[in-house]
Amino acid sequence: MNQLIDAKDITLDTEKLVESDQIASSMYTDEALFDIEQDRIFRQTWVWVAHESEVPDKGSFKLSHVGREPVIVSRDRKRNLHVMLNRCRHRGATVCEIHKGKTSSFQCPYHGWGYGLDGSLRAIPHPEQYGESFDKAEYGLFALRTESYNGMIFATFNDDIEPLEEFLGAAKKWIDLFMKQGGGFPVKTMGEHQFSVPMNWKVQLENTTDAYHFPVVHKSFLKSLDGEAEETFTFLEGEGFVEDLGNGHSVMVMIPELVDLEDDLERKIPERFEALAEELRSEGYLDDQVRRIVRAVGGSGFNLNLFPNVACSMAFFRVLTPMAVNRTDIRHIAIGMDGGPAVANRMRLRLHEHFQGPMGFGSPDDAEVWERIQRGVDGGKELPILVNRGIDKEIRGEDGPRGHVSDETGMRAAYSMWKRMMQE
Amino acid sequence: MSNSEHNELLSRVTRFIWGEAALLDAREYDAWLDLWQTEGMYIIPIEEAENYAEVLNLCYDNDKMRRDRIKRFQEGFSISSAPPAITVRTVSRFKIDALEGDTVVVSCAQHLVEDKFGRQRLWAANLRYTLTATDASFTLKEKVVRLLNSDGVLNSFSYLF
Repeated sequence: MNQLIDAKDITLDTEKLVESDQIASSMYTDEALFDIEQDRIFRQTWVWVAHESEVPDKGSFKLSHVGREPVIVSRDRKRNLHVMLNRCRHRGATVCEIHKGKTSSFQCPYHGWGYGLDGSLRAIPHPEQYGESFDKAEYGLFALRTESYNGMIFATFNDDIEPLEEFLGAAKKWIDLFMKQGGGFPVKTMGEHQFSVPMNWKVQLENTTDAYHFPVVHKSFLKSLDGEAEETFTFLEGEGFVEDLGNGHSVMVMIPELVDLEDDLERKIPERFEALAEELRSEGYLDDQVRRIVRAVGGSGFNLNLFPNVACSMAFFRVLTPMAVNRTDIRHIAIGMDGGPAVANRMRLRLHEHFQGPMGFGSPDDAEVWERIQRGVDGGKELPILVNRGIDKEIRGEDGPRGHVSDETGMRAAYSMWKRMMQE
Repeated sequence: MSNSEHNELLSRVTRFIWGEAALLDAREYDAWLDLWQTEGMYIIPIEEAENYAEVLNLCYDNDKMRRDRIKRFQEGFSISSAPPAITVRTVSRFKIDALEGDTVVVSCAQHLVEDKFGRQRLWAANLRYTLTATDASFTLKEKVVRLLNSDGVLNSFSYLF
């Protein structure tokens, strides 16, 4: 690729940008650094693009991003998944502007070049002027390497990196635990909240592994719960932990008894789920199935943070798209049980609306403090951002350093991966 | 319904909806709650649906959720509501869609400008009200707010539409 300035040629002082216990303010504000991140991180690693249930059938497609770059995720007639740049190979126009749907092909609106579901160039109007040397096989939509794990679809521009499963490593077993929210049914997406926040993407990346903020920022949410639920969400004094899972991934366990949703199903059903349990029983579900479904509706007790752009966060997928150094788009994707009881999925939707999205009781307060960070770091460029909480108290966990649930172990994990990738 | 009856009804629902808009801009939320019937639903959908209960919405509020939401705005523990963005809205293009017994369905357009942190944002929406006539005025049975870009990338809201 011809570029006037090649990011590969730029030398960064990553030692100064990321130290073991702090990062530089410019990590949130430097536009040049943001551009290099696009090349060295978002183009070089596995980036989450969709959940398989978003493209369920032959011909299903949806739009997504890898870094800032617009892509189409599609499923072809042989049910194979494809991720390709949403950009005509002729003069660069997007070939699709519909969020999601079903189609048999993609056609560029400018000169009518037509592409198949697998991105191959099928037809061009009046081809005769191109002569014999023109080979349509060379001008399919730019295809990204695509792999998936347990329903999560990832893509990358880098053909040389390790397979997805190797990249996920220790995070895989946490993905498997998270998917137990199907309650015996496959997990499906059920719509999403999307909002944009004037902040750097790394502020969002950090937040998913930040339990320390929860009782402060989300006090108004906690106060809207019944006493029992409020106690469940008051986890800073509990036995939770944060663990570095390698490759920038981390897990933050907030509610240890909700790590494996199939554990100890005999436990008393929380009061706020009693009506749901009763309705499931009246629909004829057996007691053990009722308990399993009700447990699944409440969501998992942990946040799995996957570097660089997605989290399995308690009961939903949280996805970030870095749009500019000071602008990040966020998607909170609701999930439920594919084929599961409607009453249970309805309750999941209501729980999602309660906390998440532009009008949730939680997200607007998150968005406010994230914006306040971006506004605050306009001052004091020489002052560091601290990520040192609990650094002297970490113990060895199953897969990496482990700290108290409120420690910044997960942020340190992400920043050490950031540093590794930005140095390369 | 005769022309004059139609105009009279249109004028009454317009006054009611303007009054509601003024309460929301002034953040007089307790008075706003009093406009509602207990079984009323305040809905801000993401996508059009036959039954909003079955899909994800931005907001799907029954009486309890409405009261909890207002409490959250008022108690001072929510950083995004302390202070909230301030708003100015205009409501216009009123149209009576249906009238049956004491129930009237009205649709209209809303432009809302919010201001916070020295920046202004503009939100346009189609509103659909289902009102029940009382002796003096109306009560709210349902209010559905369809933001023009409800399925796009929004920002977070610290006020009501």
